[in-house]
Order: sequence, then structure tokens, then C-alpha cells
Amino acid sequence: MTGSALAPCYDRHTANLVGAAALSRSEFIDPAFLASLRREMVAFARMQLRDAALAEDAVQEALAAALDGVERFSGASAMKTWVFGILRNKIVDGIRQQARSTPASAFVAADEGLDQAFESLFKENAHWHPAARPSAWGDPEETLREKGFWAVFETCLEHLPANTARVFMMREVMELDTAEICAELEISAGNCHVILHRARAALRGCLEQGWFAGDRPC
Amino acid sequence: MLSCKDATRLMSEAQDRKLGVGERVQLEMHLAICKGCRNFSEQMEFLRQACRAWLERSRGLSDSDS
Repeated sequence: MTGSALAPCYDRHTANLVGAAALSRSEFIDPAFLASLRREMVAFARMQLRDAALAEDAVQEALAAALDGVERFSGASAMKTWVFGILRNKIVDGIRQQARSTPASAFVAADEGLDQAFESLFKENAHWHPAARPSAWGDPEETLREKGFWAVFETCLEHLPANTARVFMMREVMELDTAEICAELEISAGNCHVILHRARAALRGCLEQGWFAGDRPC
Repeated sequence: MLSCKDATRLMSEAQDRKLGVGERVQLEMHLAICKGCRNFSEQMEFLRQACRAWLERSRGLSDSDS
């Protein structure tokens, strides 16, 4: 096997990091592990930041921090847990950075598509249309174990408008409380609740259509 | 009486703040007679659970496909 056959397996960033780490703990920081870890981190960061460049930066900083002290980890999974913790902080920093250049009105602005879809679920008297009435989703634990569900879940997250998604992710994935989110994004608590309601309603509708009501792939 | 549309707002906000006594009573009364909103309420819980589980999956803490 030649060296060049391995080259396409990991990109330039990973290669640089591997170079730096190779001196200390080459045995468990193997390039294939790092390349796949990096891919997972980028996918995770992109979903929340909705900005490819910021996502790359956040991942790069988190990985660099992990590789700096690589000898403290007992193994790959300990390192993975730790590096995702760092990534989470970097993502919050990234969202903060985005918020500085985003007017509050952009977070609050109504999304016509989503709002219409939501309104269409109700009759004139604001009660559910019989056809749109939420049905029972069955056993949550069972659903969360289904691989196919996660593909639908991620697609539904991707379909949220970017600013709505950022607020939702700060709340549900970063687990910030609404007071912190309001302060970071300089929006009122009322607006924050409107945005979160919009996000949850949209995600609920998407999961209902894409997973719970549809023909499931096995 | 609370409309279903308003009930969904309260159910979402209940995920983010403690509802006032009046709000809680109104919502409880509505849920007692509205199956659709009871399902919606469970789905709000489910979304939270799914987001946490998604984070755990991403971190690779529960990789098993069992």
C-alpha cells in the first residue's frame, strides 16, 4: 500500500492536527478516528451555527484544544466527550458573534411559510381542524432507538429557518435559559417565546409528516 | 375558554418558564377535554427529549444501535 492511497481519507486540517499530535500520543490519535470525529463535529456545529465557516472555526479550535492536552485522555471515547463539551462552548461563542452582526428584528421577523402552515392547522374558532388534530406518537423511547427517525429529525432541523433554528438550538441543545438567550440576542422575552413556539410547532409538524404519519422506511 | 391555538402557546412557554397559576388552571381545564392538545403537550416533551438524545448521539455517548 502506498502513502498516497491514504491521503484522500482525511483533509488538510486533520492532517495538520495529526502532525501536531503525533509527537505525543500517536497510538490512540489515529488519523481515521480524527477524520471521522471531525466530520461529526462539523455536522453538529453546522446544524446549530448555520454557517459553514464559523462551524469550521469552532471545530478547529475545539480539536486543537483537545490535542493540546491529548495525554490526559484515557482513550478515544473520553476524548470525544471532552471535545464535544469544548465544541459546545465554541458554538455558543459563534452564535454570540453572529448575533452581534444580526439585527434583533431578523430573529423576530415572522416567517410566512411557517406561520401560514401553523395557522392552517386551526379552524376559524382557533381549535384544531379535525384532520390536523395532533395524534399520539407512541412510545418515545422506542422512536428514539430507531435509526431512521434520526435522519428525519435532522432533516426537519435543517428545514427550520436559520435564525429560528439558532434560537431553538440555544434553548434545547445548548440548554441556555430564555433569559440568557434574550440577553445574547438582545430580544425581549416575549419575542423569544414566540420564536421558540414557532420552532417547536414547525418541528412537530415536520416530524408528524415525515415520520409519525408517513410510510416509514424499515 | 382557551382556544387550542392559545393552548399551544402556553404549552410551548411551559417548556421555558413557570406558568402563572391562572395560566396553569386554564391550560389544565383545556387539556382535560382536548385530546389533540394532550397529544401536543406530550409532543413538546418528546421534542425536548429528542434534542437531548440528539446531543448525546452526536457526542457518541450512546452509539449502540440496539
